[in-house]
Amino acid sequence: MGKDWVQYEDGRNACCDSLPRMASAELSAVKPGVLPGGLAGLSLSRRKFLEAAALPCLASCAFAPAARGAGFPASPPAAEKDSRFIVEAKFYEKLPYRKIKCKLCPRECVIDDRERGYCGVRENRGGKYYSLVHSRVCTAHVDPIEKKPLFHFRPGTLAFSVATAGCNVNCKMCQNWEISQVRPEQVPSNYLPPRDLAALARQYDCVSIAYTYSEPVIFYEYVQDGAEAGRANGVRNVIITGGYIQQEPLKEWCKAVDAIKVDLKAFSEKFYKEVVNGELKPVLETLVTIREQGTWTEIVYLVIPTLNDGDQEFRALAKWVKSNLGPDVPVHFTRFHPEYLLTNLPPTPIESLERAKGIADAEGLHYVYIGNVPGHPAESTYCPRCRRVIIERLGYIIKQTHMKKGRCGYCQQVIPGVWA
Amino acid sequence: MPRHKEFVDRIAHAPNRRGFLRTLAAAAATLGGRRLSAGVPVPVPLNVKTQGKSRVVIARDAGLRGSGSSVDSGRLVKLLDRAMQSFCGCDSPLEAWTRLVRPGEVVGLKVNCLAGRGASTSVQLVELISERLQQAGIKDIVIWDRLNSDLESAGFRLGSKQRGIRYIGNDSAGYEEQLSIYGSAGSLVSKTLTRTCDAVINLPVLKDHGIAGVTLALKNAFGAIHNPNKYHLSVGDPYIADVNMLPPIRQKTRLTICDGTTAQYEGGPSYMPQWSWPFNGLLVAQDPVALDFVGWKLIEDERARRGMKSLEALGRKPSYIATAADARHRLGSNDPSLIERMEV
Repeated sequence: MGKDWVQYEDGRNACCDSLPRMASAELSAVKPGVLPGGLAGLSLSRRKFLEAAALPCLASCAFAPAARGAGFPASPPAAEKDSRFIVEAKFYEKLPYRKIKCKLCPRECVIDDRERGYCGVRENRGGKYYSLVHSRVCTAHVDPIEKKPLFHFRPGTLAFSVATAGCNVNCKMCQNWEISQVRPEQVPSNYLPPRDLAALARQYDCVSIAYTYSEPVIFYEYVQDGAEAGRANGVRNVIITGGYIQQEPLKEWCKAVDAIKVDLKAFSEKFYKEVVNGELKPVLETLVTIREQGTWTEIVYLVIPTLNDGDQEFRALAKWVKSNLGPDVPVHFTRFHPEYLLTNLPPTPIESLERAKGIADAEGLHYVYIGNVPGHPAESTYCPRCRRVIIERLGYIIKQTHMKKGRCGYCQQVIPGVWA
Repeated sequence: MPRHKEFVDRIAHAPNRRGFLRTLAAAAATLGGRRLSAGVPVPVPLNVKTQGKSRVVIARDAGLRGSGSSVDSGRLVKLLDRAMQSFCGCDSPLEAWTRLVRPGEVVGLKVNCLAGRGASTSVQLVELISERLQQAGIKDIVIWDRLNSDLESAGFRLGSKQRGIRYIGNDSAGYEEQLSIYGSAGSLVSKTLTRTCDAVINLPVLKDHGIAGVTLALKNAFGAIHNPNKYHLSVGDPYIADVNMLPPIRQKTRLTICDGTTAQYEGGPSYMPQWSWPFNGLLVAQDPVALDFVGWKLIEDERARRGMKSLEALGRKPSYIATAADARHRLGSNDPSLIERMEV
């Protein structure tokens, strides 16, 4: 596998899954495709692209309209008005005078008729609340599962990764703000119904569908239906989320999908209020519930210089994880790169990440990783008993694996995760 | 205001070299991409003599609706003329309008259409303002808001062929690619504002807002950005003030004429006829903070008259008005002693 899988070189924040950028050679090779619903194509690695180009039905790449520099459309595509995107929201409460209260995320927006919630993708129409983004996919890529990152979930496999516009928070460091901080009309999208999503995942040899890049909470109904279609077609489902969701919809998620990676953006309410425009407490409750429900989870913590990189915060985080989730939940400390509204800070020094890992290790967490630093030894998985490398990684590449049936290949220690 | 001020402000908030270069590139693109009209595309001082105070004209006509419920156009134009002449201190409406705009300029009318008919900027009023602008030599008028569908639902006929008048929703014009940033606000600004219009007349409606308290001159700027849904937290404070600091919004807005023909003291921004009242008036000001302060008090007065709790008691006092006046923003004055409230 070539180095072109290694997206770290973009230097983009891996707190939530980043949109891959395409090489110009790939872009120039774009041809009209025949994928379902007018899907323009997919962004693939060079190798995968060349492999796929041999297939008669391949539509090549470039289904990433919101990539940098693409700008914002003067005229929405005809499909924007398509009623196929609009479904009644699952979680809301009707109020007097045609108002509604959204019950999907803890923000609980109270929304007047003809208005939208904070996420920008759910609208009150005459006292009924609708999602405007079901099957309204604005970006789709085939990614290695390591890019999510999920390190203990079918390593070395591919995830068919999709997103719609919108988000229920507004992180100042968002790397995908061109799709997460816009309304669905402001980015070109395509119709990709659940059955076609599952079929595409299989067509591209993806073990899983990943709902990612923006915030799957806001395209909740699509995730549910996509997961059902995926399972019916033998495809797993993973969610990459900030975890800012209410308990009832979360529990339904836990039944529907195989893994949920949570971006724990800091361990202080102050940070959540000032930088995320959200709250920490509901996110911690989300993590506890996911564990209680028995769904596999991993945590990413984007370390941002001066904002969430104190020893005390790292220690409090590690203690909380150990006592509330257990020592086996993987924690990824990843490197920040200046983006969006936080361009005044430098990239995270490697020493800060190592300091975070050192503290978490010392507190007794078993699987602490460093992310966004290609080639760092802490990208690999070590057996907590014999301390030997059991999964050796370089960026998104699995170089070697020494595991058998979910156990360390050297000492037979059980390694938690989803391995088969 | 000198054009270089925009650069100075942007640079003041551009934290690094990359941001600085982006800003320059965006500014160059904006300048290069727009049609430079024969007129001078810079704000025109109205030279209103107010002895250092912000003038807010409240023009009312108790007989605006005659004996019926609909507004009489003949009386509305007289009301508009009276408001404009009073504000500018002129003897004729044409003189007032020629102080505001210059022939050859493209003038945008930023209406407020989200609520549809009943609680949007009235089509009648917009038509009369357009007529006066044309008499003042304006040949290109752009009536704009967020969405074409919003304009239509408020009664504007997008398909109609009216000489010199265009209707543009932001959804058809698109937004700038580079973020404009001030304080808590980071937004893409409508190309209608940045590239099409030389000047903008802000035309909000006098009404209550369920989150922000009131929606008047300052709040109407949300229709110029791509992400207003992100700024409805904390009664819109400081977001509304910050959005109004974005250079294109601050520099191109020449005047606010607040439509109070039908006002709403509760239940906004949606149209709630049970909470509307015929205020039969217009508010005119250059200072959006002063206008909002005065408009807010009018709404509070109406609420008190009807035995309703104040907005503050309900937890939605529009504190963003004070923020807009603070030392960080200086968008205008909310100090009653510095506001010349002129009722005509």
